[in-house]
Amino acid sequence: MRPFTYVEGVSVADAAAAVHATPAAMFLAGGTTVVDLMKLGVLAPDTLVDVHRLPLGDIELDDRRARIGACVRNAQLAEHPEIRARWPVVGEALQSGMSPQLRNMSTVAGNVLQRTRCPYYRDPHSACNKRVPGSGCAARTGWDRDAAVLGTSPRCIAVFPSDLATALAILDAIIYTRRGDGGARRLPFDGFHRLPGDTPERETILDHGELVTHFELPDLALARRSHYFKVRDRASYDFALAAAAVALDVERGLVRDARIALGGVATRPWRCSAAEQSLRGKRAEPAAFRAAADLALADAVAGAHNGFKIELARHVITRALTELAIRPG
Amino acid sequence: MVRLTVNGERHELDLDPRTTLLDALRDHLGLTGAKKGCDHGQCGACTVHVDGRRVLSCLALAVAQQGREVMTIEGLALGVHLHPLQLAFIECDALQCGFCTAGQIMSAAALLGEVEHRRELSDASIRERMSGNLCRCGAYPNILAAIRRVRT
Ligand SMILES: Cc1cc2nc3c(=O)[nH]c(=O)nc-3n(C[C@H](O)[C@H](O)[C@H](O)COP(=O)(O)OP(=O)(O)OC[C@H]3O[C@@H](n4cnc5c(N)ncnc54)[C@H](O)[C@@H]3O)c2cc1C
Ligand code: SF4
Ligand code: FES
Ligand code: FES
Repeated sequence: MRPFTYVEGVSVADAAAAVHATPAAMFLAGGTTVVDLMKLGVLAPDTLVDVHRLPLGDIELDDRRARIGACVRNAQLAEHPEIRARWPVVGEALQSGMSPQLRNMSTVAGNVLQRTRCPYYRDPHSACNKRVPGSGCAARTGWDRDAAVLGTSPRCIAVFPSDLATALAILDAIIYTRRGDGGARRLPFDGFHRLPGDTPERETILDHGELVTHFELPDLALARRSHYFKVRDRASYDFALAAAAVALDVERGLVRDARIALGGVATRPWRCSAAEQSLRGKRAEPAAFRAAADLALADAVAGAHNGFKIELARHVITRALTELAIRPG
Repeated sequence: MVRLTVNGERHELDLDPRTTLLDALRDHLGLTGAKKGCDHGQCGACTVHVDGRRVLSCLALAVAQQGREVMTIEGLALGVHLHPLQLAFIECDALQCGFCTAGQIMSAAALLGEVEHRRELSDASIRERMSGNLCRCGAYPNILAAIRRVRT
C-alpha cells in the first residue's frame, strides 16, 4: 500500500505551509469530494491536511457584508436566518443540492472546490484530460448527456456542478486566501474558476497550498430579492440538469437591474452579463425574460446527447425570473 | 492510534488513516448496523450521528472523528426499550429486506431533532428531509407512515 499521512492543521499558516511543502498533499474539509474520489482512484494524495478544526467556522455579519469562514458547514449556511433574509439565493441553492447528511458534513470552501461529476473523470480507466492531461476526452465521443453547452473547449466539456457557486456568481462574492509561503490574496469570485481551454486539469486560480480562509458577500440591495431554480432528473437529491440564480430590482414594473447566472450547463459558474443588461428598462414580464434567456444561450454548443439542455436552460431562466417577479415583497 | 467514542464507549484502534468511519465501525468494532450500500455518499444506508448530527460514515475518515461522539443504530435504544422510531418502523412494517433500515431510522431520528415544531412537519417536508436515504425495496409509504407516527 502506498504510504499516507494524515495531518491535523493546527493553525491556518501551518495548514497552508504543510500542503505547500508536499507536492501530492491536499486539504481535507468535509471529505465528501476527497474521500469519494480517493476510493475511486481519481485523487491519490499522499498527505491530507485536515482543516475542519481551524478557526474558520463562523459567520459574521454587519451592515456592509457577510464574512463566511471557509469551514462553515453547508447546512449551517443554508439555515442562517440573516443570510436567508439578505441573500435568499444562497440558502435556496444549498437546499436544492445534496442530502441533509451531506450538507451536515461538507463545507463552503469544499463546495466551491468540488470536482465535476463527468462519468469518465470518475472512471480511472477512461481517457480524460482533466484527470490525466493529454489522455483525450472520452465524453466528447461518448455519453455526453450531462455535459456542458457553454464554456466548453475541444479538450473538456465537463459541467462544474456546484449550486452554491452559481449563487455566489451573482453576489459579487470575494474569496480570501492564505498562501503556503505566508502571503494572502483577495480574489473576486468572478474569475476564480477557470475555463477548461487547453488545461482542464487546472480548475481554479488557487496555487498549490493556497488555503481559502473566508468568503465575503458585500451587502447588495437587489440580493434581497434573489432566487434559485433548479431542474434535476428526480424530485430531490440530484445534481442540476440546468439551474439559474437570479436577482431583480424592479420599480413600477420596470427592471432597474438584474443578475443572472446558470448552473448545470457550463464548465464554470456562468454569469450572463449580456442577458442582464438586456433587461434594464424593460417591463418585468415573461416576454422580456424569455428574450434575455435567448441571449444567455446564444453561444451554446450542443454535443450528441445534451442538446436538450439549451432549451431547458432558457426555460429555467425564464421561470426563475418570472417566479421572482411575482413574489410578494 | 485512533481514539473513537462510539455509543458512549471509548475505543483505541490501530487504523490506516484512510479507513472510513463506516469500515472502522463494521470491520474493527463489529458494529454492523450501519450498512455499506454504495460507499460513495449516494444512498444513506451508512447514516450515523456525529455530535448529534446525521452524517454519512462512508465518506467520513475515522481519524477525523477523534474527540467527537459517534452514535450508531446499536446505541439508539435506551437499554431494553426500543427508540420510538424503532417501534414505529416495526408497527408500520416500514421495511422489506431491511438493508436501508438502520440508515432510515438514524436519519429520521436526527430529522426529528432538526425541526422546532414536529407537528408541523408535512408529508412533503418529511419526504424532502429523508431524500438522502434510498430504499431499493420501495418501502417509502410505510417509512413515511412510521415517521409520521412519531411526529405527534
Ligand atoms: C451523493 C452526492 C450528491 C451531491 N449533490 C450535490 C448537489 O446537488 N449540488 C452540489 O452543489 N453539490 C453536490 N455534491 C457535492 C458536494 O457539494 C461537495 O462534495 C461538498 O460540498 C464538498 O465539500 P467538503 O467540505 O466535503 O470538501 P472536501 O471533499 O473535503 O474537499 C473538496 C476540495 O476542496 C479542497 N478544499 C477544501 N477546503 C479547502 C480550503 N479551505 N482551502 C482550499 N482548498 C480546500 C480540497 O482539497 C478538495 O480539493 C454532492 C456530493 C455527493 C457525494
Ligand atoms: S469532459 Fe472533461 S472531465 Fe469529462 S472526460 Fe472529457 S476531459 Fe474528462
Ligand atoms: S454507503 Fe454511505 S451513502 Fe451509501
Ligand atoms: S427495505 Fe430493502 S432497501 Fe429499504
